Formats: sequence, C-alpha cells, structure tokens
Amino acid sequence: MNAASHQTDLKPQTAGTDTTVLSGAEVLLRVLVEQGVEVIFGYPGGAVLPIYDAIFRQNAIRHVLVRHEQAAVHAAEAYARSTGKVGVVLVTSGPGATNTVTGLLDAMLDSIPVVCFSGQVGVPLIGTDAFQEADTTGITRPATKYNYLVRRADEIAPSVHEAFHIARSGRPGPVLVDLPKNLMVGPAPYVAPPRTPHPSYHPQTEPGRDVIARAVAAMKGARRPLFYTGGGIINAGPGASTALRRLVEKTGFPCTSTLMGLGAMPAGDRRFLGMLGMHGTYEANMATHDCDVLIALGSRFDDRVTGRLDAFSPGSFKIHADIDPSQINKIVRVDVGVVGDARRVIEMMLEEWDCTPANTRQPIDVAQWWHQINEWRKIDSLGFSQDMAPDAIIRPQYAIRRLHEMATATGRDTYVSTEVGQHQMWAAQHFGFDKPNRWLTSGGLGTMGYGLPAAVGAQVAHPDALVIDIAGEASTLMNIQELSTIAQYRLPVKVFILNNQYMGMVRQWQELLHESRYSESYSAALPDFVRLAESFHGRGLRATCVGELDGVIAEMLAHPGPVVADICVAQDENCYPMIPSGAAHNQMLLGPDQDDEISAEGRMLV
Amino acid sequence: MTTQQESPVSAVISIQVENESGALARVIGLFSGRGYNIESLTVAPVDETGRQSRINIVTTATPRVLEQIRAQVERLVPVYRVSVMTAADPHVAREMALVKVIASGERRADALRIAQAFRAHPVDASATSFVFELTGATDKLDAFIDLMRPLGLAEVSRTGVAAIARGAAIL
Repeated sequence: MNAASHQTDLKPQTAGTDTTVLSGAEVLLRVLVEQGVEVIFGYPGGAVLPIYDAIFRQNAIRHVLVRHEQAAVHAAEAYARSTGKVGVVLVTSGPGATNTVTGLLDAMLDSIPVVCFSGQVGVPLIGTDAFQEADTTGITRPATKYNYLVRRADEIAPSVHEAFHIARSGRPGPVLVDLPKNLMVGPAPYVAPPRTPHPSYHPQTEPGRDVIARAVAAMKGARRPLFYTGGGIINAGPGASTALRRLVEKTGFPCTSTLMGLGAMPAGDRRFLGMLGMHGTYEANMATHDCDVLIALGSRFDDRVTGRLDAFSPGSFKIHADIDPSQINKIVRVDVGVVGDARRVIEMMLEEWDCTPANTRQPIDVAQWWHQINEWRKIDSLGFSQDMAPDAIIRPQYAIRRLHEMATATGRDTYVSTEVGQHQMWAAQHFGFDKPNRWLTSGGLGTMGYGLPAAVGAQVAHPDALVIDIAGEASTLMNIQELSTIAQYRLPVKVFILNNQYMGMVRQWQELLHESRYSESYSAALPDFVRLAESFHGRGLRATCVGELDGVIAEMLAHPGPVVADICVAQDENCYPMIPSGAAHNQMLLGPDQDDEISAEGRMLV
Repeated sequence: MTTQQESPVSAVISIQVENESGALARVIGLFSGRGYNIESLTVAPVDETGRQSRINIVTTATPRVLEQIRAQVERLVPVYRVSVMTAADPHVAREMALVKVIASGERRADALRIAQAFRAHPVDASATSFVFELTGATDKLDAFIDLMRPLGLAEVSRTGVAAIARGAAIL
C-alpha cells in the first residue's frame, strides 16, 4: 500500500484559483496549516471522526493524544504561553466539549490564546437531545473570548480564520469553534483569510501619545515610584520584556511583578523586588503601599495583589496601562489610563522619557526611596532555616531553591509549570525566573491539575528543553492520567512533587481561619508515586530527608526520560510572608509566630 | 470619583451589535454573570440591511458600575458601540404598552375617559373589554396602569424602553 496516495495536500494555495472540492474537515485542516498550526492537542470521538480521518491523511500537523479533554486545553495553554503562538485543541461533542470548560476559563482569566474545536451533532439533529449533544456555545459563552456554532459549509473557513485572529489579537483569549459533523463530511469551499476579520472587532493596540506624555510627566516628578508589571508584558511578546528592562534601567525605578508577570524582569536584577500580593515579598508590598507613583503595566489589580482595597497603595498617583479598556478603573481608580499593547506602551514611554527635560516638575531623586527599600529588604521575608543534618526533614522552600540551583547549573533552557497551592507560591518565590515565557502557572482561575498537562504542552513545544512540573501531591492527582500521554510521546517531563500529604493551602487557611479543624484536607490513601511513575513507564524517585535531596534532583535532571520525584517535605510548613485576607499591604504576616486575629470581614473573603 | 456620585442612578444602555447568532445572549449573559441588573430590554434590527441590531437595556447602578458596564459590553466581539444615557445626558426614552381592561357600566366609561386624557388609543374593544395602546415615558405608562387598576385592569404587555440621544449626537 502506498502511503503517499492517502496524503492530502494541505499546503496553502493561491486563493481563488483552486477548484478542488474539499470536505469540511479538509478545509478545516487547510486553514489550520495556513494559520501556522503545527500541533493539535486532542481526543477523538464520534462527532469529530471526519476530522480525525483528515488528520490521519496528512503530515503537516501533528496531533498529541491527551488522556482527558481538560488536559488538552492546559497543554495548549502552556504551548501558547511558552511559544507565543496560538494553542489548538480538538475534542468531540457533548462530554468532550464540556470537559474543556475549566481549561477554557483558565485561558480566559490568564489571557492565553487558544482555539478549541469541538465536534457537534449534525445540523439537522441540533436541538433534539441527540447522542452526545450539548449546547456547547451556550455552555462556553462566558468561558471564552468568543465562540462560534458553524451552521453552513461556507462558514467553516471564514470562522476558523477569524477564530485565530480573535484569539491572538487584542487581549488574547480562548475561542471555541463548534463544528457539526455533517459539515465536516460534506463538501465545503476554502477561502483565504478575510482582510477585515469581524466588522465590529477592532482592539486598540496603539496607545495615545498624550496619555503617555501625562504618564511620563508623573513618573519624572516621582520621588517614590514603582513599576507593577503583570502577565500583559508576557503576552505582548519577548520584545515587551526587553523594553521593560530598558525602561527600568533608564528610570532607575524599582519593579515588582504579579504571579503572571514573573520572568519579564530577571529575578536577580537589583531593581526587581520580587512578587507582590498575598504571598509577595515584604519589600514589594511595602513599596506598593508607600509609593507615590504606581505604574501598572499589563496587570489588573487582582484581589490577590491588592489585599484590602481601601488600603491599597493609598497615597499614590496611579498609572494603568492595559490592552483591555475594561480593566482600567475596574477595581482601582487610576489617574492616567493608557489603552494599548504593553510593548508599545513601554517603547513610547522610553521615547517620551528621552525627549522631555529631566526636571519637568522636580529633579528625580529616588535614592532616598532606594535606601528605604533596601531597609525593607533586610527583613529577608523569604528567609527560612533548613536543618542540614542528613536525616533532617526537607523544607519545601529549600527543595525548590536546590532544584533551581541545580537546574540552572545544567545550563539548559528551563520551563517550569505548577499546580495550584502552597508549592505554586513557593515556586514563584524561590525559583528565580530570568526570561519571559518560562513560567507556566494557573493564576486567575487557580486550577489544580494544571501543571502536569501544562508540562506536556511545554515539552511538545520545546522538545530539547528541561520541563519541570513543580507539583503538590494533591493537585497532581487531578490530572495524573497525563503520565500516559508523557509515556506515549516519550516526553522527558520532570514531575517534582512537594509531598506534604495535605492540600497545603487549604490546611494553612484552616489554621488561620478555622482553628486548625482540618476538614477533608488530609491527602489520605496516596499512591506510591515511585511505583506510579514506573507503571507509566517512567522513573520514580523519592527523597525523604535532606541527605537524599541533591542526589534525587541530580538523578532526575540527568535521566533522559520522564521522572516523578516524590519529595517528602515538612507537613506543617506554611507559606509566608502572607497578607491575611482583609488586611493591607503593610500588615503582612512574616511567619507563624505572628498570626494576628483575622477580621470578620477578612473571613468572608476567599 | 467622589462619594457623592456613588449613589445608584437609572440609565438606558444602548448597544449597537452585529446581528449574529448569540449576540443578545452574550450581552444579557454578561449582565447576569457580572451581577448587573436588567429592568427592561428591547432589541430589533435598525439598519437597512438588517446586519445591525440595537439593544436598549434599562438598569440602575452607580456611575462607576455604569462605566464598567460600558467597558465590559464594549469589549464583546459583536458590539460596535455602546452609549450610557442617564438623566444627565439629554435623550428621549419611550416605551409602548398594551393594556387590557375588563369592565362594564360606569367603570368602562371611566377607563375610556382616562385613556383619552393619556392619549391611549383603544386598539381592540369588545362588549366587556378594551385593549389600550399607550406610548410614552416609563412614568407615564406606570401612572396610566395605576389608574386602570381599580377600573378592571386585567393584563399588561410592555415593550421596554427604546432610547436615543437628543440633538445631532449619534451612537
């Protein structure tokens, strides 16, 4: 049998001259090729069989078979976040589509460009409660930036082209295209991308010169300035991070970052204060509280950042740049709102900074401010003590520090995903990121089970890179089936489990708010992670004490295949520093001995 | 924004949308999902080709929330333009009601007399009933319906508000 005779030529051809009759599924794949898609994360089923058949008969696009549709979306998110391209998902109708909802909303809240194709029952069957029918566009409407139910064959190509444009432009986000099965089987016309994708969709990316001028004038008059940067910098591409580094260098201002923005500034940069917010550093939060000009770039004043709103950065002149106009003045009233792409905003700030005189208002002298910041730094809010006796219990912070040091020593390009909880915060605090797009975490939605499929997506995108999922034992069990995907594609993912046998963050809050009544937060009946790894054809390792830690990390990093490292850490360790719910930035808890009473109001907050 | 501006005000939000499947669901889903109130809703195609529709939503919210509503609605893909009209913005807002009154004798005559005073037209009549058609501002319709209540008010059907800015300003 000649395999070549089964191949379909999906190469883009000159529009308008091609008269070949394609099926809807072939049109879909041709558009995907034209959109530069290289990988699809998916799972087959009845309604998408024609698409899977078309995938079988072509070579241009690779399909990665996940083990659960939620994982397909997380893998696509990590693929997108680590490459800057759009992540692509393909699932069947009904349960296939509903399983993507968590992933889609995760991508929505973290502004990740993903296009999800879901199968649908044939058009004549829609609305009849057919087998595996779901109102997918209805269910996913609030979980996506936009979605489509394609109803006619001639809508396939235009809708798919448009879906990619909407997913990647403006504030990026997930777009779902629901594809009825009969349209995939029947003939469909191919059309090239339209020049004006959607008549009412025109995101503003170029900031206004006048607002930039007002922002820079305020920055020049600042005595206690602070940059507060977020995921928008990462989404705007590596060029935005480069520009940010220049702006920070040129102005000499300190810079803090949200969880989603880590890596835009090098963690070791002397002007970088670390993460701010609930588990941010003392210096970052004190600086946020006391600054006189706050410059928010691609961040959105999330409640995990602001703490008590009426006490958030109370005396500052606030500048907020965001590509999404609805973010400006949503949570915090600002003095200058700038709508535009983060990279363009920063580049224009640099130009403006150079072309206006230094002393528009007052000569900038931030030395006093830096002196204050360095005093705060001396608190060493991320400090911890590790008993170095070989049989001592491993503290989770120490495990991450060693992982970071030893991973850095390999010299390999390193991508880190996380699950959600204490380990995620410790990773954010102690694994220093020096480049953008290397940190893959679920920020807005806080999706447990994100990290393992995210590691799949990152490793597929970067086959030669070191990809580590820093996990908790509870979270990672939520998508543990992806070890099978990892085995199938021989992805050398390293799963680094900080195993404290608790849903640690739940337990921490139960200590703070519910007098240590550990209601359902103990991880009972855990699997043996070493044997679990082996049963999925990987290497399982375990460290139970400090003396074993380095050896396990070294073996994990050296092993060419997938590894699950079960790092048994102190069970009672809590994540500090912490702004307790309902408190202000200058009311941080630095450690367990300082547990103040949390207000009744604070208890109501999540 | 000062605190004195933070008391709720009534507003009409007019939204020009691409007339596509799901556009209305996106708008009203945004309202319910973000906890905004909808007091009335009208929607109909308004351009010659039928490609664009106008949605009018009456809501009550603080100026700050109104600003958020505008921003959140504006970022929906099928939305062209949004305008928020409060009492401070010169505009005309009208709605239409069909009011059924079942009455006989003296009450029937009273109903007809009041209807004339309100310029409500009887568009259907039977030996025992009237259907009045009445157009005007919401408070005028409310007043008419209140007056009909003791006279045999049986059923009301209202369109909800359609609004447009005064003068040459357009959405």
